[in-house]
Amino acid sequence: MSGSVTVARSLDQALDALRSGPDARLVAGGTDLMVEVNAGRWQPGTLVSVDRAPELRGWHRDGDEIVLGSGLTYAEMERGELARLVPALAQAARTVGSPQIRNAGTLGGNVVTASPAGDTLPVLTALDAVVQIAGPEGTRISPLREFVRGVKRTDLRAGEVVTAVRVPALRGAQEFLKVGTRNAMVISVVMVAVVVDLDGHTVRVGVGSAAPVPVRAPLAEEYVGALVDWERARMDDPTGEVAAQFGELVAQATSPIDDHRSTAAYRRRAVAVCAARAVRRAFQEPESP
Amino acid sequence: MARMSLDLTVNGERRKVDVDTRTTVLDLLREQLGLTGSKKGCDHGQCGACTVLVAGRRVLGCLVLAVTLEGAEVTTVEGLADGDDLHPVQRAFLDADAFQCGYCTPGQLCSAVGMLREVGEGWPSVVTPPGATVSVSSLGPDEVRERMSGNLCRCGAYVNIVPAVLAARR
Ligand SMILES: Cc1cc2nc3c(=O)[nH]c(=O)nc-3n(C[C@H](O)[C@H](O)[C@H](O)COP(=O)(O)OP(=O)(O)OC[C@H]3O[C@@H](n4cnc5c(N)ncnc54)[C@H](O)[C@@H]3O)c2cc1C
Ligand code: FES
Ligand code: FES
Repeated sequence: MSGSVTVARSLDQALDALRSGPDARLVAGGTDLMVEVNAGRWQPGTLVSVDRAPELRGWHRDGDEIVLGSGLTYAEMERGELARLVPALAQAARTVGSPQIRNAGTLGGNVVTASPAGDTLPVLTALDAVVQIAGPEGTRISPLREFVRGVKRTDLRAGEVVTAVRVPALRGAQEFLKVGTRNAMVISVVMVAVVVDLDGHTVRVGVGSAAPVPVRAPLAEEYVGALVDWERARMDDPTGEVAAQFGELVAQATSPIDDHRSTAAYRRRAVAVCAARAVRRAFQEPESP
Repeated sequence: MARMSLDLTVNGERRKVDVDTRTTVLDLLREQLGLTGSKKGCDHGQCGACTVLVAGRRVLGCLVLAVTLEGAEVTTVEGLADGDDLHPVQRAFLDADAFQCGYCTPGQLCSAVGMLREVGEGWPSVVTPPGATVSVSSLGPDEVRERMSGNLCRCGAYVNIVPAVLAARR
């Protein structure tokens, strides 16, 4: 590392510090950025630590929405009231890296890194999340589907800080499934998040690691949404055909590639299987005690 | 290159140090404070050998910048024992022969101490059945394996580490 590190104790201090030069970069949990630095792949000029900026920490309810601070850690998403409100996010958080990574890594870091394998991204995509940003020209919002531009590319401009991510508080089941080579410390081969909105009568699906950016599957969502008995919140699917067809339609919405972790064909198949399983779980009868 | 004066508590002792702001916690401990218990296995967040406790929580010394720890309380493997009385987790590792070369052990020990505290506070894990509550007394081997998954052991002493952690609960 060539330059220096500043610790911002508020959002304003972070914004000020970013003005110090074009090579100033934020660091939150450091679990993406410090790896690059330690590997010598990249030498930051000024690093601005936002780990201690209170405006970015925690989460709160705002009417029908939940405002997730960009500094929210995986450990905080995994448990408590937030895990009940956004269960798919909690499920995703529990599979990230290792406990140590989850104590440090943040939602904002995952969103800004914008890796196709970012585990929170399919969940946030299914939830139609909106990114809140503060910058030299004031604040703005950017829907996640516009914010993530490509592989590790975002709409974040110079001098800007992601302050929060807004998601709706929905009534209905949520599922997150991930395929990797083993359980811990593994980069996802594919991920599928299914979110049911009992009031909006929709089933939404977000898929990760199967295209340059996280994707939705509108045809699959419409198909299954029309077959749900919304009064009973049940899907009549005794043979499993509906779930299987849903899985196929979700897989068709992806454009996976062959790489060192897996093949396109395997990924497409894994997406179909995970999506079918997730939708079945979302609508299954609650198990009798 | 900028330097900063940093005030923090390490193993119960107040330390004032002058650091290059780019220093990681791991380098501060090893190179400046002479606490070489914490190990640098990968420097990439993958092995857990650098695990230390900050306010009782497990963190990776290799990924944390020292300047972010102003005023913090850091515990390393050197600070686990109470004088000559080993910490129960250390005792259990000795009794169960939970190491071979010992390189991963400081990280395993700090991680186990932090992990037992998380369980005591009811933190669930990915292997906790939905709706179930976890407690230190009901912790099983699967939970220990999952919760210790951030600590790799190249000697493969896992078969003894898991029983050691389970034994240390008492
Ligand atoms: C061993 C290991 C395992 C991992 N496993 C997983 C995994 O299973 N799944 C997964 O998704 N990820 C994984 N990761 C990647 C990483 O932990 C996550 O992406 C994490 O969410 C990054 O958050 P952070 O706070 O540590 O980001 P940092 O490293 O601090 O920052 C990452 C990037 O985001 C920018 N940034 C951070 N905060 C803000 C903000 N508020 N506003 C604007 N820009 C910001 C930084 O400038 C930097 O470019 C792993 C990493 C390691 C080292
Ligand atoms: S040295 Fe920090 S995790 Fe390996
Ligand atoms: S005892 Fe040798 S690495 Fe674990």
